[in-house]
Amino acid sequence: MHTSLEVRDITKSFPGVIANDHVNFDVREGEIHAILGENGAGKSTLMKVIYGLYKPDSGSIRLYDQELNFASPRQAIEAGIGMVHQHFMLIPALTVAENVVLGGEPGRIHYRRKENVEIVRQLAKQCHMDINPEAKVGDLTVGLQQRVEILKVFYRKAKLLILDEPTAMLTPQEVEELIQVMERLRSQGIPIIFISHKLDEVKRISDRVTVMRAGKTVNTVETKSTTPQELANLMVGREVVLQVSKPPQLPGEPILEVEDIVVSSGRNEKVKGVSFQVHRGEIFGLAGIDGNGQFELVEAITGLMPCKSGRIRFLGGDITSSSVRGRTKAGIAYIPQDRQLDGLVMDFELTENFILRDFFKAPFASIGQMKKKPIEDFATRLSEAFDVRPRRIHALARNLSGGNQQKVILAREVSRNPELLIAAQPTRGLDVGAIQFIHNKLLELRQGGKAVLLVSLELDEIMSLSDRIGVIHAGRLMAILPSGQVTREQLGLLMTGVNLEKEG
Amino acid sequence: MQKTIEGLVTPFVAIVIAVLIGAVVMLMTGHNPLTAYGALFSGAFGSTVNLSNTMANAIPLILSGLGVAIAFKAGLFNIGAEGQYWIGSMAAVWIGYSVHGLPPILHISLSIIVAMLAAGLWAGIVPGLAKAFVGAHEVITTMMMSYIAIFLSHYMLENGPMMQTGFTPQSPVILPSATLGKIVERTQLSWGLAIAVVACIIVYWLLYKTTLGYRLRAVGLNSRAANYAGINVPFHLVLALFISGMLAGLAGAVQMLGVQHRLYDSFSSGYGFTAIVVALLANNNPFGVILASIFFAALSTGGQSMQLVSGVPAHLTAVISGIIIFLVATKDIVQIQKRWRKRQTLASGKEA
Repeated sequence: MHTSLEVRDITKSFPGVIANDHVNFDVREGEIHAILGENGAGKSTLMKVIYGLYKPDSGSIRLYDQELNFASPRQAIEAGIGMVHQHFMLIPALTVAENVVLGGEPGRIHYRRKENVEIVRQLAKQCHMDINPEAKVGDLTVGLQQRVEILKVFYRKAKLLILDEPTAMLTPQEVEELIQVMERLRSQGIPIIFISHKLDEVKRISDRVTVMRAGKTVNTVETKSTTPQELANLMVGREVVLQVSKPPQLPGEPILEVEDIVVSSGRNEKVKGVSFQVHRGEIFGLAGIDGNGQFELVEAITGLMPCKSGRIRFLGGDITSSSVRGRTKAGIAYIPQDRQLDGLVMDFELTENFILRDFFKAPFASIGQMKKKPIEDFATRLSEAFDVRPRRIHALARNLSGGNQQKVILAREVSRNPELLIAAQPTRGLDVGAIQFIHNKLLELRQGGKAVLLVSLELDEIMSLSDRIGVIHAGRLMAILPSGQVTREQLGLLMTGVNLEKEG
Repeated sequence: MQKTIEGLVTPFVAIVIAVLIGAVVMLMTGHNPLTAYGALFSGAFGSTVNLSNTMANAIPLILSGLGVAIAFKAGLFNIGAEGQYWIGSMAAVWIGYSVHGLPPILHISLSIIVAMLAAGLWAGIVPGLAKAFVGAHEVITTMMMSYIAIFLSHYMLENGPMMQTGFTPQSPVILPSATLGKIVERTQLSWGLAIAVVACIIVYWLLYKTTLGYRLRAVGLNSRAANYAGINVPFHLVLALFISGMLAGLAGAVQMLGVQHRLYDSFSSGYGFTAIVVALLANNNPFGVILASIFFAALSTGGQSMQLVSGVPAHLTAVISGIIIFLVATKDIVQIQKRWRKRQTLASGKEA
């Protein structure tokens, strides 16, 4: 087999960090080559170097014996490198065909619509993709949008396809379809680089895996001859417990009771009559594909969005029309899904962010005056207890890494000793160490007889932590199931709106 | 401490560059920059009288600059300080000449309080409520209210209830009991300076040492997080504009009671607009506002003597302030770009 891409001794540093440290690997013709590593291992930097977005400090890249020295992505595209970014670069208001040819339209001034549609139709056929070139991209599902991205790459005659975390936004069914597309491309001899931090996918899809850790390539192994445990060890450099150990526990009385609530955002009803209860000593997982109303539901419970109808009871009292602060005082803590937008004031110091919920209360304030010493002591204590780095309480939140920002929020919310913690995507974008830390904190709350409502787009997270799982689809709860008795496939079907009982 | 120094770098560099460009312009037009700047400096600070007049000029700038700065801190761009200044002036003068028989301390306090309330409500009610409840942008509403305020004063003075019969449209003179005493006789420098300094200290304390300041800053930096924290965002938007207007109104009151003693018909005092520049140059730091105000006041008092001594038109000082504003604003653009780049670097370092 020929070598398609050869990466030799690539080093790329940023002020204070070496993102890539003498990285070596090669991709063979017709193979799916996974790049596996934790967040921050240097995967995306490496891909950006290959794609010409960054100039490496040293090292060389060869594509089919041609030395590459890109100054811009445009040159990389011309050389035959195609990349599908994690966040799609599509224009929702245009059609599939228009998006595919954008920037490389055939013809000169006149845009020949019919011709383009035909070109894209042919291209889709070649790639064995079922897609309507005249559909508007904004109307497509995420999985289909991703295919548009892949088509874009092949329209530009790519000889090598790079997929950056392609499964992050997909449902299990869409992942299956993506895998089929990838396998067909492989059978046509097109090499694919597949970036991921998900072990099971890498194990399933790839032929070979290159593991990265702390900016270095640790090893390249044949996928068949390795185990997930082995890969995980390579990835983090230490033994990790893949399964969360969760002692069995009998749930107590219901603490949060949601009765038939409806939430509107703009003119759309996002939550259409949802009822459930969360009990003491349990983690209730809310699974669903992004955009199905789970976050509106959470905002309604925390008081950030009004309920159109229905009732929310907490600790026996009706809180449907209570203020945010009223609910906070009653014992609801909330880790919002977007930590930078909702959870933190980025230009506040850590001291100020730690007291965001209780700044007006003793000991932080008395008769309207802030008390410096107690605030600083509190910040120091939380920074230490939650291992927030750097340990500088007067640093701006903006200057912390994502994981540490999340620890600040977690510390603040957990330190309030809440009866109910609502955690929306608490581990999004974090590395394995930080994820474990947060999972353990959630389990601690559960052990302590508190309740946790966990909303996550990661099925693994929901399945390993939750005692019961509610599946939300299009604003409705499809089912509430005990977590021990449900499979990924069942959850996946429910998430896409297939009713299990009807299907038999 | 380090932050304070960092905060001083930009304005300092901006001033130096602007002064240098001014010097180049002078050279090109055949003037000696050293003589001209020397005259400007001595005109602003060279004698007790000059220094007093510069400080007197700085007082309304300090007060209205504080008003603009506190609104900025809450994320609001109050460009209507000029109008709030006029409302404050009208209210202070009206109390000043129409209320009889009060001892000075009470008369002055009453004038100031009424002026602050009137100007605060002027900014808080229409622009504040419109911003908080229908999202009308405060740049438009404060500006519009500013015109209304200025034309209201025209009406009041030209055949309106505050007209003093005479040749030029003007109000009656305020009573001696409402007059602020001078610090230096035969100059414009009144005890308003003390009021301005105390106001700075209060604003600093309010912003950084009280829960109210914490709430205002949280709303200004991230209103969504403020809402999440249980802070009533619309209320604090209204309140921020109210306080901002109160300070601009105080500027008007102090100028009336301390310097003018009556309201003249004019289109603009200029203070409310320069206040925006003051807040920008001071980076909204209350103590920076004092320094920036003195600087701009010095440009305007010193400019006259520069023209007399060296023949350089006093308007050159306006050019210099223009360049400073430009540079300070550009610095923000550079910083946003830097932050963006840093985020890119961080993102790649982190997610890579």
